[in-house]
This record gives sequence, structure tokens and C-alpha cells, in this order.
Amino acid sequence: MDLRVPEQEKAFREEVRTFLEDSLTPEIREAGKMVTSVFAPVKEAMAWQKILNDKGWAAPHWPKEHGGTGWSVTQRAIFAEELVRAETPPLVPMGLHMCGPCLIGCGTEEQQKEYLPKILNGEHFWCQGYSEPGSGSDLASLKTFAEKDGDDYIINGTKIWTTYAHYANKMFALVRTNKDGKPQQGITFLLLDMDLPGITIEPIVGLDEVTEQCQVFFDNVRVPQANRVGAENDGWTVAKYLLTFERGGQEYAPGLNVQLEKIRLMAEKQQTVHGPMSKDPVWQHKFASVEADVLALEFTEMRIKSALSAGKDPGALSSMTKILGTELLQKVTELRIETLGAQAAIWQPQALVPGAEQPVIGPEYALTAMPHYLNSRACSIYGGSNEVQRGIIAKAVLGL
Amino acid sequence: MNFQLSEEQQMLADSAKRFVRDNHDVEKHRQNKKLMPLDEATWGQFAELGWLAVPFAEEHGGLGMGPLETMVLLQELGEGLIMAPYIATVVLGGGFLRHASDTQQAETIPSLLEGGLQLAFAAEEYERVFTLENTAMKGEAQGDGVMLNGTKACVLNGDHADQLIVLARTAGQPGDKDGLSLFLVDANDEGIERTPHRTVDGRQGAEIRFSNVKVSEAARIGELNQAYDIAKSVLLEGLLALSAESTGSLAVLLNDTVEYSKTRKQFGLPIGKFQALQFRMADMFIAMEQTKSLLMAATLKLVEGHDDAAKAVHAMKAQLGRAGRKIGQEAIQIHGGMGMTDELNVGHFVKRLSAVDGLFGNADVHLMEIARSA
Repeated sequence: MDLRVPEQEKAFREEVRTFLEDSLTPEIREAGKMVTSVFAPVKEAMAWQKILNDKGWAAPHWPKEHGGTGWSVTQRAIFAEELVRAETPPLVPMGLHMCGPCLIGCGTEEQQKEYLPKILNGEHFWCQGYSEPGSGSDLASLKTFAEKDGDDYIINGTKIWTTYAHYANKMFALVRTNKDGKPQQGITFLLLDMDLPGITIEPIVGLDEVTEQCQVFFDNVRVPQANRVGAENDGWTVAKYLLTFERGGQEYAPGLNVQLEKIRLMAEKQQTVHGPMSKDPVWQHKFASVEADVLALEFTEMRIKSALSAGKDPGALSSMTKILGTELLQKVTELRIETLGAQAAIWQPQALVPGAEQPVIGPEYALTAMPHYLNSRACSIYGGSNEVQRGIIAKAVLGL
Repeated sequence: MNFQLSEEQQMLADSAKRFVRDNHDVEKHRQNKKLMPLDEATWGQFAELGWLAVPFAEEHGGLGMGPLETMVLLQELGEGLIMAPYIATVVLGGGFLRHASDTQQAETIPSLLEGGLQLAFAAEEYERVFTLENTAMKGEAQGDGVMLNGTKACVLNGDHADQLIVLARTAGQPGDKDGLSLFLVDANDEGIERTPHRTVDGRQGAEIRFSNVKVSEAARIGELNQAYDIAKSVLLEGLLALSAESTGSLAVLLNDTVEYSKTRKQFGLPIGKFQALQFRMADMFIAMEQTKSLLMAATLKLVEGHDDAAKAVHAMKAQLGRAGRKIGQEAIQIHGGMGMTDELNVGHFVKRLSAVDGLFGNADVHLMEIARSA
């Protein structure tokens, strides 16, 4: 056991850095610095995806035959780390990280040929139709119904918290095709066009005054059965496949370390009566406490990578990372507003719009602090709330 | 010991309750939070109801009440998220006017009581952790007056204010309690440049730049270089008022969360039946009640002039910051996605509490003040 970094990994990191240095445009860099969410401004994120795709790096985690890179687990992690360090806007995940993997694992060859290239080049912009007003944590209770009619399904119901539905031209959705038996066993995974007759999209304004999510209504929407992924009533398996595919796929520690370093610099600028806040023992104690947690998470994530590299299932460890990563992100954003005091209360969302060229009131580094703090409260809710995640650990890991 | 409201206080609470019932709804709040001119109609109602007169002496046309009545009034208004600049103009502004000269009082108080004058306390500065003695903005002696140069940040009601109460360093260094002076200046004086901005809670603040602003001796409140005690006593009242208003917010967040948990069903049960959530809501309740207790401790000690009154106020502001964070975060989490929307009450109250914690020193600052006062 050691922490030595092989030469070829160092060289790979250099290659990635050089590429980022050369290919990031000023607009994309600016958008990356203004990010206050896991979702970046769409225009710049898609422009960045195009640049990455031209290089063949838009979906490093996909198998090579489908347009992936064939990189090792470590290489993929290095790549992800460098993206975060360079503060690139995160790519929109619904196609590349959600629908794509589902199709790779469970789609027909025809579906793969039709959709995967268009996910990579951005022609298809996907949204995820999972949650419903009555089905959040208890996702399997979903009610949006798809009734068979000839070669089609006719869909009625509604989906909510559908991120970027107002930008999307495609949706992958879980719909109910059987109302009897165990709820999980009557669900089907469907692909559909967002411009179909009968679909209405209602944007939802968030408490940060940004619209990321929508509610989508289906009124007798006709979708060909050929758009089904996997077998009828077996959509839960497709959805679960995604979880396996993504296991350990997301690393939080690199981004948290970037944030912490920024906070440290901010604290150096804040004057208390005894000198800079960064020298204040109370602040140091708080900062160190988060730093220690992030270091622990970094190595938890490394243990996962190590297991995956050895072809093993990281099991329990990966169940932890969503909880730890999201709650530490929340802690970090909280530390940032606590470091900034009243300056974080200045509210100027118009200055966060890329290219707005709106003069910033107060220190520029304070601009994203409050929107990010507020937006990050969603992290412990979406993608399986942290209560659900703890339930999984209790049940599946501890056997309770 | 008697924690019952007097008849007069009860009437004040009842009128505030009615006002909130008639005037608060989230839709109105959403409309109001755009950067807007002062809501003159609401302010006019405040004047008619006599609320602007609460802390002023009877000889000045006031009601001769104090922090207790302010607490009663603001707790109720806090439940309605009423965005009138009451604390800036009446509590802080009015507090400073008590220490002002007869001329200054005569020129301001009658107009203020009628609802025709707005005030703001320009105290915070960029990149300086707020305590009064950390003030750096310079006021340099010039002739029989002082020349102000520098920038004040996040000045509540700063853009609406007709007059500003400016805290400046006229001697010594940041960290010294000596060397601070207060000035009452016309907000439209030459050399004063205001940049209004919204604050996260939908209210309005301003950055205020002073470039060679000459203020005469007559504009000073209190003695030159000796303003610390006045500023501290008024600030303590301001902190009490902020906290009173915010305990109203805590109550709404707790109540809305508990009610939501009774109706929201997942896994076949109202989520409020899950013990994990019950424990967390019980903790929210405890945090809220502890904040109310400290609010009473601080208010009563201040009103009765106890030695440890300042310590109690600092304890309250620290507790408010921590309880506000905890209750706000839990309220969002237990509401799930709905808690993240602009549509429900929750987000608006959470944003108010987030702003309040940052203002005039956050929980960390006030815990340190307790430690120093020991």
C-alpha cells in the first residue's frame, strides 16, 4: 500500500492541464466561476461539451466503442479533478451521465446507434422524468400512467423537479404500466420527445430566483412502444442499472478542496480587531474541522477508486459518498457565508448571468456565496434524499 | 417575576397580529422583493397605527414605550415577513435620535412620527468583521467640523433614507473603543454616493461612498471620539429588535414544517410519523424556545439595566444565528423539493434568517463578544 503516483499518471495530468489551458474560452471560464449549483449555465456548458466532444473527451466513463475514452479509473479521476480545479462549468449530466449509461446497459443496438452520438454532440438535450408530486423519496409509488394503444403508449400524469425540461428536446421517464403487484414491478422506462402534443412544461422558480426545475404535464401523450428501454414493467431494473454504472463515479473532494482554498483566501482579507480572520483561532478551528472531513472523504473516494480499479464492488463505501459529499458541500457553503458576514447578504443575481457585465457591488468573491449556499440545500434532497441514503446504509449494509 | 403582557402590550400584539393577517401573503412578498421604492402605503399604516411612535418619549409626541413593546410588536410582524424598514428608521434611527441635540430632534422626530422621514445606520464596512470598535472609516478634523471619507456597506434602508447616522473613526485605530464619533447627515449631501442593492431577504440596502463630505459640529450625535457607549446601547436595542422579529420567523418555519409533515405522505405514511423526522422537528422546537428564552432574558435585562444585559443580548444574537440556520435548513430538508421553491413561505423565511445572521455580527462574532465581556 502506498501513495506513489506513477510517471504515466503525472504525464496524463499534464496532458489534461495543457488541453484545458489551450481550449477553455474566456466565456466558458467566466461561466465556470459563476456556477452556484451542480447545474451550469446551459449555453456555456453546451459550448464546453462541444469542445470536449471534438477532442473525444465528452464521456470518458463510457465504453470506448460507444465514444468513451478507454481510460483507467485513475485517469478518469484525474480528468475529473482537473476539470474541477480549472473551474470549468459542469457538463449537463442528464444525457452524458444518466440516459447514456442506461442505453449502454439496457438499450437495443438500434437505440444506442440512434441516441448515443447525439448525446455526445449535444444535439439531444435530455431531461429526467422520475419524481412526481406524490412520489419523491418513495419513487416507486409513481403514478404517471402509460396505457397500451396499438403500437403506442398513451401517457397521462405529471413529473416534477425535472431539471432543465424547459431546455430539453428529449426526456427519459419512468412510467407506470401495471398498477397491480409490487410497485417496483409495474414501471417502464421510456424515451420521448418533448415537443409531442399533450406535453406542457411549467418552470419552477427556485428560492435563489433561478429556474432549474420544471413540472411537466402529460395529457394523452402518444409515444411509440419502440421507445421503451428494457422490457415492459422492468423499468426499475434499468433505473437501478444506472446506479451501478455511476457507483463511485462522482467525486466530491476535489471540488470541496477548491472551495476551501477560496474560503481561506477570503478569510485572509477579512479584518477583525486582532488582524485577519484567517488568524483567528475560532475561524481556524471551524475551517480545520471541515478540512479534516474533506481529507477523510478524499480518501474514502480513493478507496472506492482503488476497489473499482481492482474490479471489486466498493459496496458500502459508495453509499456513503452521496451523504458525505453533499453535506460537506453544504457545510463549505455555510462556512463561506459565515466568513463573509453581511457582505454575503448583498443580493445581485443579475451579476451572475454570464456576459451580463453588471458591475458587482461589494467584493467580487462574495458574489456567489449566498446563491450557492441556498442552492446547495437541494443537494441533500435530490438524487435520493439523504434520509433515503441513510436508510439504504441501515438496511443494505448494516442489515437492520 | 412576571412574564405576562400588560394590557397595553397585549393591544399592541393584537393590532400587529391583525395587520399580519390582513397584509401578509407570499405572493405580495414576491412582488415586493424587486428593487422597489419604499412601500409608502404600508409605512403610512404603521404611522396611523402609532407604531412609529413606540420608542419615542411622550414629550416628543411618542408613546414612551421601550424595548419590551418593540419586542412584542416585532415578534408579530416577523411572522408576516413584513418588509417595512422599522428597525432601521424607528429602532436604530429612533435610538440614536434620543441622544441627538434638541435641534436635531426637532428637525427629525415630528416628520418621522408622521411617516415622512426615513433613517439608516451606516455602520458595516467591507472586509471588516463587524464590531463597533472595528470601524475604520475616517472622519478627519477640519475646522470646526469633520471630513468623512470612505465606504459603508450593506446599509439597511440606505437608499430610502433621508438622513444617515454615520459611525466614523475620528481618532485612534480599529480596535479602539475611543475615537469613534456619530454624525447625522443628510443623505443627499454633496459627496455622498449611494448604490442601492437588494439583500437576500428581498429588502433593500445600499453601499454608501463618502468623498470629502464635510459635516459640522452641529451634525454630531454625542461627544467627539466618545460615541462608543451611545452606539453600543442603540446597537443592543437594534439586535433585540432583529431577534424579536426573527423569532416570529422561526415560529412560522417550525409550524409550516410540522403541518407539512402531517399531510405529506411517502411510503404509505405521513412523513411526520417517521421517528427520524420527529426527533429533528422536536429539536427545531427546542431551538426555537431557547431563542425565545434568550430574547426575554436579553430584553428584560436591558430594560431593567442589569450589568449582564449586553452579554445576554450577545447570547441571544448568537443563539438566533445558530437556531435560524438549524431550523431553516431542517425546514427546507423536511419540505423536500417544495422547500427549495420560491412558491412556499419556507424559502423566504430562510432567506430572512440568513440575512439577519450576517447583519451586525454573526453568531461567531457575538459568541466572541460574550467571551470578551466575561
